[in-house]
Amino acid sequence: MLKIADKEFQSRLFTGTGKFSSSDLMEEALLASGSELVTVALRRVDMNNTQDDILTHLKHAHIHLLPNTSGVRNAKEAVFAAQLAREALETNWLKLEIHPDPKYLMPDPIETLKATEELAKLGFVILPYIHADPVLCKRLENAGASAVMPLGSPIGSNKGLKTIDFLEIIIEQSNVPVVVDAGIGSPSDAALAMEIGADAVLVNTAIAVAGDPVAMAAAFKLAVQAGRMAFEARLGNKGNFAAATSPLTAFLDEF
Amino acid sequence: MSFRAQFELHDWNEVKQSIYSKTSADVETALHVSKRTLEDFKALISPAASRYLEPMARLSRELTQKRFGKTIQMYIPLYLSNECTNICTYCGFSLDNKVRRRTLNADEILKEVEVIKSLGYEHVLLVTGEANQTVHVDYFKKALDLIRPHFAQVSMEVQPLNQDEYEQLIPLGLHSVLIYQETYHQEDYRKHHPKGKKSNFNYRLETPDRLGRAGIYKMGLGVLIGLEDWRTDSFFTALHLNYLERTYWQTRYSLSFPRLRPFSGGLEPKVEMTDKELVQLICAYRIMNEEVEISLSTRESEKFRNHCIQLGVTSISAGSKTNPGGYAVEPDSLEQFEISDERSPAQIAEMIRMGGYEPVWKDWDNVFV
Repeated sequence: MLKIADKEFQSRLFTGTGKFSSSDLMEEALLASGSELVTVALRRVDMNNTQDDILTHLKHAHIHLLPNTSGVRNAKEAVFAAQLAREALETNWLKLEIHPDPKYLMPDPIETLKATEELAKLGFVILPYIHADPVLCKRLENAGASAVMPLGSPIGSNKGLKTIDFLEIIIEQSNVPVVVDAGIGSPSDAALAMEIGADAVLVNTAIAVAGDPVAMAAAFKLAVQAGRMAFEARLGNKGNFAAATSPLTAFLDEF
Repeated sequence: MSFRAQFELHDWNEVKQSIYSKTSADVETALHVSKRTLEDFKALISPAASRYLEPMARLSRELTQKRFGKTIQMYIPLYLSNECTNICTYCGFSLDNKVRRRTLNADEILKEVEVIKSLGYEHVLLVTGEANQTVHVDYFKKALDLIRPHFAQVSMEVQPLNQDEYEQLIPLGLHSVLIYQETYHQEDYRKHHPKGKKSNFNYRLETPDRLGRAGIYKMGLGVLIGLEDWRTDSFFTALHLNYLERTYWQTRYSLSFPRLRPFSGGLEPKVEMTDKELVQLICAYRIMNEEVEISLSTRESEKFRNHCIQLGVTSISAGSKTNPGGYAVEPDSLEQFEISDERSPAQIAEMIRMGGYEPVWKDWDNVFV
């Protein structure tokens, strides 16, 4: 079972709410995914309206909301957005996204670290979205992040785990859960992330833009379960043992 | 937060039983999986793994060369003092061992430095007993001021200090600190350390945490092999290393495997570790951890050291004197323990070269500290 901060999750598939053709379809897909943590962009919800269309469709007992700060460009804006979200959505959980670059939406590491330090002091459970940078992940952990969310490839690209070598280092070193976020384009990508030991994956575009989002959500659910099962079953090494030519330990028999 | 909380989750006897119940299948899994866990480490140090020594050695050599190349670093100890207020049943410096005590003064330190420099060394390990009235942080500060300009890297193996004391020494050029738990078996630890500050098991256990928080560049861990079951003690060392690497991620780590050696008035080891078992342990650590530095001292025999440079070891000492003033000031004073390999640094360097490896005398520069 996955635990982040004080919450336990049966499902290791986290999902997003953007890009669906309707809120009804979004809800159906999210239910098919089994996801218990669903990220929602602050800028897309009407926080003054309890009947907001997106929020209404997310009202299920097993679904926890993870507001994200998508749209902010620096730490100051992120802290402000976080405080608004906490008040309106009554959760101190936050997916911290700061991307000043409007083209590729690359996360800003410096502002993300600054915001994490600030938000930790304010009592937030922070899940920062970042590049797959092992050193930054350790810095964020030290700053008080409850999990780290490194990207697999550019957001929305569906290119899969282009950063796999760095994700493996992050997973090996991390004391907090590692959630691979962004770029996961197919169930096999999600399975691979889980096989290398990620604690969870976050998928949005690949489900929302699929021909059949509900079926695709179910496929992701199974892929994440299979990947995790493979990780726990211990994957074999790809290397081969060289044949012995001159034994290294023969000297031990000579005493 | 410290390692103590994690340590207390593990029962010595349960860990021991778990190690001794590992099977050949567990060892084969540990050798073939892509990611290894502490359970795999248990398998690799278990009696069941003794039949897999050659494949372990090959894998250990391959992983070591991948990370470190074909190089072996050279270092030498400089004993500053044999004064000690502790009783340790296994140590020549023990308070109840009636021998003449001395602590080197500034002139004597510089005489020792001159000889060590003439041997070619750039990495020096300062060693003392624990005598807080005379060999305290102010003494270390003065010693570092004297010694630091002559060496590229200065390490210390002295009594555990408080965090603020480490914070005072690191800016003066202290690069690394070796702090051995001796044994993680609490009852036996108490038996072997009946008197002195060292009898505080938890203070010693939390020393690496204090070092990590102080921002040390490198720290060395280990147990004294011979005090308790070496397999169980080695598991706890691995657990400690694993915790430290994740917590103090900017620090580098090294391991040593000192086996109890004869000394004046000495204790017979409770547990014997054979050469085969030491090879198994070195290889197990390397297979578990590709980055950790592994050090072998002159406690070990010539023949053993000749072969171990290919098995996972990354640094060795040579020409060591384990008595204060041993290089120049008073060569015949009491040794902490007898060394086994008495070859000169030049002879060891030649042995390393003959083995196809490069002896590395300098791997740091004092501009960095």
